[in-house]
Amino acid sequence: MSNTIHVPTMASLFAEGKQPEVLFWVGCAGSFDDRAKKITKAFVKILNKANVSFAVLGTEESCTGDPAKRSGNEFLFQMQAVTNIEVLNAYDVKKIVTTCPHCFNTLKNEYPGLGGTYEVVHHTQFLKDLLDTGKITIEGGKFTGKRITFHDPCYLGRANNVYEAPRDLIRKLDAELVEMKSCKSRGLCCGAGGAQMFKEAEKGDKEVNIERTEQAIEVQPDIIAAGCPFCNTMMTDGVKGKEKENTIAVMDIAELIANADDL
Amino acid sequence: MMEYLPQVLFIVLLTAGIGYFAINVKKLARNIQLGKAVVINDNKPQRWTNMFKIAFGQTKMVVRPVSGFLHFIVYVGFIIINIEVLEIIIDGIFGTHRIGLSVLPVGVYGFLIGTFEILAVLVLVAVIIFWIRRNVIKLKRFLSAEMTGWPKNDANIILYFEVVLMCLFLMMNATDTSFQNLNSGNVVSQFIAPLFNGVSETTLHTIERGAWWLHIAGILAFLNYLYFSKHLHILLAFPNTYYGKLIPKGQLLNNEAVTKEVKLMMDPSVDPFAAPAEGDAAAAVPDKFGASDVTDLTWVQLLNAYTCTECGRCTSECPANQTGKKLSPRKIMMDTRDRLEEVGKNIDANKGTFVPDGKQLLGDYITNEELWACTTCNACVEACPVSIDPLSIIMNMRQYLVMEQSAAPSDLNNMMGNIENNGAPWPFNQQDRLNWTNES
Ligand code: SF4
Ligand code: SF4
Repeated sequence: MSNTIHVPTMASLFAEGKQPEVLFWVGCAGSFDDRAKKITKAFVKILNKANVSFAVLGTEESCTGDPAKRSGNEFLFQMQAVTNIEVLNAYDVKKIVTTCPHCFNTLKNEYPGLGGTYEVVHHTQFLKDLLDTGKITIEGGKFTGKRITFHDPCYLGRANNVYEAPRDLIRKLDAELVEMKSCKSRGLCCGAGGAQMFKEAEKGDKEVNIERTEQAIEVQPDIIAAGCPFCNTMMTDGVKGKEKENTIAVMDIAELIANADDL
Repeated sequence: MMEYLPQVLFIVLLTAGIGYFAINVKKLARNIQLGKAVVINDNKPQRWTNMFKIAFGQTKMVVRPVSGFLHFIVYVGFIIINIEVLEIIIDGIFGTHRIGLSVLPVGVYGFLIGTFEILAVLVLVAVIIFWIRRNVIKLKRFLSAEMTGWPKNDANIILYFEVVLMCLFLMMNATDTSFQNLNSGNVVSQFIAPLFNGVSETTLHTIERGAWWLHIAGILAFLNYLYFSKHLHILLAFPNTYYGKLIPKGQLLNNEAVTKEVKLMMDPSVDPFAAPAEGDAAAAVPDKFGASDVTDLTWVQLLNAYTCTECGRCTSECPANQTGKKLSPRKIMMDTRDRLEEVGKNIDANKGTFVPDGKQLLGDYITNEELWACTTCNACVEACPVSIDPLSIIMNMRQYLVMEQSAAPSDLNNMMGNIENNGAPWPFNQQDRLNWTNES
């Protein structure tokens, strides 16, 4: 396992008069959450291996404002958006890739109306593209015979109709892709969206992530694949709640691919 | 003179039926226009396609194959059997009998009526299965808290209506001796006719007339029942799917009034005390951010409320509802309609102006607890067979709670405080955003 990763910042490239092809928007979870940081690194390793010209904003990145907007605080959201757009436009950013479907949705759909128009892709789409253009190859070997089920993140699937890119990648792993009873456009939420991640759930008879984890366990997977740091946390907690952490792993698509390649 | 009496009676009945319906349609349009103005004139081809596919073609109904198929039968039956109503109306006005026979070859007429009879039977079967699903099998989807009282009765009443109308139609054909003698098109009614063997010609004719009159009276009653029922969707599904959301489901519209304010705050060159430019409506700060009552919603959201079929597809897919939370997107739509009706009645009772009644949608109908349980997952929007967007109402009301009342749960206030202070929902310093690169 190589542990050295190369992560240029926009500021450093700018100082050298360089412009990367794509900006990697890391997101708050990807920057600060211990579990999500692993996803961030896995993705960077793939980017490094494929020699992708990219950079991050680093300390110039700030929350997209998604959780504020979904909480109803349009003021705070727009303040965040306008500040971020100023930075992005100053660097003349054209294309953004992000490992978080919430950042993806906000940057792609809600920033243009405030003056920030970019080509925004989710990392599963980006990876699919690297694969299609031959910039990466996926060695299936490690996952042969493993059952993998994909949990559709609401903000990637229903919100933006991206269902196939992550599945295409899983198929390349020579694994057996098994679908839960609610999948794709009928996929059940993990329970984190709409700022629920940051508050206690309302009174009910169950947690949403437990319900979803039960659906996943029904199809007896070895791995629950996710494409969102928040879903990842919720499903990981769910699997622990069901005491299945020794038999079922929760992994991001980027981690699956990095692992397949021993990155 | 007496011979014209039935025609006169018919015209009076028809005028009254259609007239009362027109009054209700006017009221409906007035109520919908109580919503905020939004202009929707983009992407017309896409909108027509959506209407054609979703409302006319029922594409969203097949997601649940059993109810989708049954509903399709009732829907097709309803539309096609209505062609028969055209004949009834012409006969009624001009005092003719089965005018179709004098303009169409017997074979064609028979084919048409035969089709209607078969459809009538299929509709009967479908409606009975629907009734069993609701009342015997008691599907969970039809049993939520909001489905008691009127909504429950409404659903059954309409089923009884259909049964009676279909039976009257078949009965009318079975007791029509001249039609039976044609022996063309009486595919179903020929099996009912023998039941009346031995009944005198006059009695038979009376029964036939009775069925005929009750049939048309029933249809007019049905038409006027719509306004008070979830069955308004028969009509409103068409405009509602036309005006449905076209942008990605994840995109929530940016509040333009807020944009103005934010620009003022961020841009030092803007003079905050300058008078807004003439005619620049959006520059004026709105009286309220977000929505606390139906009049704060847009007319499309109000149209949504009247269109809701109360089918509960949204609620049965809702993660919050599935895990026992109070939130039910169907209830959000039903509450909106109920409150809108209440506001409408208030206006009617007070000569055209709304007199404050100390109530509003927020609190009196929809509680904070429901609103905060939403994960904004869009499952309800995806599930709705008639393109309703319950999430947009939830979001508008959350905006009111946060921006007007600062009434967010304290955890969310902490989260927002963090974003404001350090640019992340957690209390981490923005300067530490790159630390992950050096951690093993
Ligand atoms: S968006 Fe909200 S109301 Fe709609 S299904 Fe999801 S949680 Fe339920
Ligand atoms: S909003 Fe749509 S899905 Fe929900 S009950 Fe009404 S018609 Fe059915």
